Amino acid sequence: MQTQKLSVREALKVGDWRMKLSAIIMGTSQLLHGQILKGLWFLAVEISFFTWFFARGIKSLQSLITLGTHKQGFVFDKKLGINVLHQGDNSMLLLLFGVATILVVVIFFYQYWVNLKSARKLQELDLYHKSIPTLKEDLSALLDSKLHILLMSVPVAGVVAFTILPLIYMISIAFTNYDHNHLPPKNLFSWVGFENLGNVLGGDVASTFFPLLGWTIVWAIMATVTSFLFGVLLAMLINAKGIKGKKVYRTLFILTMAVPQFITLLIMNNLLNDSGMVNTMLMNWHVISHPLPFLTDGTWAKVTVIIVNMWIGIPATMLVTTGILQNLNQDQIEAAEIDGANKFQIFRDLTFPQILFVMAPSLIQQFIGNINNFNVIFLLTGGGPMNSDYYNAGDTDLLVTWLYKLTIDAADYNLASVIGILIFTLSAVFSLFAYKRVNKMNNLG
Amino acid sequence: MKNKNKRTRMIVYTILTLLAVVWVLPIIWIVLTSFRSEGGMFVDYFIPHHFTLDNYKMLFTNSTYPFGRWFMNTLIVAVVSATLSTFITVVMAYSLSRLKFRWRGRFLQGALVLNMFPGFMSMIAIYYILKAIGLTQSLVALILVYVAGAALGFYVQKGFFDTIPISLDESAMLDGATKWDIFRTITLPLSKPIIVYTTLMAFTGPWMDFIFARVIMGDNIQNYTVAIGLYTMMTRESANSLFMAFAAGSVLIAVPIIILFIALQRFFVEGMTSGAVKG
Repeated sequence: MQTQKLSVREALKVGDWRMKLSAIIMGTSQLLHGQILKGLWFLAVEISFFTWFFARGIKSLQSLITLGTHKQGFVFDKKLGINVLHQGDNSMLLLLFGVATILVVVIFFYQYWVNLKSARKLQELDLYHKSIPTLKEDLSALLDSKLHILLMSVPVAGVVAFTILPLIYMISIAFTNYDHNHLPPKNLFSWVGFENLGNVLGGDVASTFFPLLGWTIVWAIMATVTSFLFGVLLAMLINAKGIKGKKVYRTLFILTMAVPQFITLLIMNNLLNDSGMVNTMLMNWHVISHPLPFLTDGTWAKVTVIIVNMWIGIPATMLVTTGILQNLNQDQIEAAEIDGANKFQIFRDLTFPQILFVMAPSLIQQFIGNINNFNVIFLLTGGGPMNSDYYNAGDTDLLVTWLYKLTIDAADYNLASVIGILIFTLSAVFSLFAYKRVNKMNNLG
Repeated sequence: MKNKNKRTRMIVYTILTLLAVVWVLPIIWIVLTSFRSEGGMFVDYFIPHHFTLDNYKMLFTNSTYPFGRWFMNTLIVAVVSATLSTFITVVMAYSLSRLKFRWRGRFLQGALVLNMFPGFMSMIAIYYILKAIGLTQSLVALILVYVAGAALGFYVQKGFFDTIPISLDESAMLDGATKWDIFRTITLPLSKPIIVYTTLMAFTGPWMDFIFARVIMGDNIQNYTVAIGLYTMMTRESANSLFMAFAAGSVLIAVPIIILFIALQRFFVEGMTSGAVKG
């Protein structure tokens, strides 16, 4: 029998009263069709949602618009005859709860839609005189055709609570004046629209933003390219024909990957310090008379972080490249050797393009990772040396470490949040562009 | 010809050995420093003049920096969050690789977008969410944050599942197996390398992360993990006198992780390569 699928809208129009009542009282259709547990669930969702919404939700949404009206302060209490500390509104919590309320409303409407869809399904089954699935059948569907719901519900709930909610909250902050002058609970903050964005792109913070943006891009390119090129070279050396102890060398380099970065970076910081071992040893040997400013001169520090990052990044590339090299097409290489190609030509025209081809997606990821490479900069130089031309930043600060400083040290949450959004835009635009190029390359190859 | 080959090989050995020294030297230096009894943060020689075990003893006997407790905290967090994270990551990767449902494509795009925001941009908000449910400064909060992060880190694993031939699933389906049966009896047994890789990554995470942990734990020193503990040792005024103890603590964290890495090297390489190949 040909079954025609009804849309929810059609089902509401042509359906019976049980379907129509479901649009007002959730779960009716399921209850009347004998799906007791399902019906009760929908009913409970509706009742608890509206109870909560009228008790708390509306107020919460109203506060989202004002972000609080009562400032903390002393209010004269007539009964006591003295000034009493009045707690006032906490703009930050009001914003957080407001965002959470919106999410709860969205989730409720999703449940409402699921309820209607389920009622539509029942309507359809009625229409074609099919049997209504029992609770047992519904549950076993969860292990088969609806397995994704069973597997993904809990993780997705975690994502909503710990990624999406905080993210919406932080994005909202970008449109408020939540800075060191408006810190809750002492002060209120309020909506200011695009003022912060204007401030970062064209206002007094722009003179910090653009140099840091430039350095972030230079850093990301240099860090990615150097780690990649030298990692490939290292892998070629280790895997060269006739070299013994490949495994030992590989293990030695992997060793450095296993030591937590915060340890190796703090150690590097110590060794390269003005009074660190490298400088004092060189001075004792009379190679230099003054300590080299590895971390204290802006330009030196920039070179230092790129070189130290090679120390961290090369082993990983080496490891992956080794994997690729072992799966290379040897016939092609032998054929080229017979034709008289030298080793460099083989590398340039055969091996390297293949490695690049396989690693292109991970290079894109590494580039994005380097834009956000907090650890190397924060632990090695702390963004320093401080630059007095910048607002709360130093010469080697990336946008992401500046963001951190703006939150933790300066309490300019609004600026930090704008920077975060701009970093996201940068990464998104770049990866969109890069993945398109890679896909094109793959299609041609 | 033969001589020339020999010469190139010698050059390669020399370069490799030099590089290996550059890479291993800082690590050897930490180990040596952890046994040094004299001096402070900065000394101008490599090998300590006097060796001692006091730095290690100090870690476990002083009460200001309860390293033993930090170590246990980290171990608990690492074991619990590695177990849960691996489960969540694998389940997400499997669903998004193998199960066809309506929002799959959009979900993948959305996850990609979410991953592009700098992770700790939302750190402060997470702190207040945890505070709202009364969990800040506790190990449970830390576990929760690490595990919740696992739900979006499924790309490598998805890449792996994508390579398992779908014909295996199809033939099982013809025999009447449900998707859950297929996941349990066919896919999982084939996924050992990627499961080990995921667990290894999730297990080592808490030993290395100090940003989230620091924001969540605040000043509750008793609940610190080793990473924040050691980091605070280095940021106080006492950094100079505590430097050797810091080195000793570093050795104590690094040794178990290095052993794990070397023992599981094969899986590690496999995981990284499958991530690189599939993107």
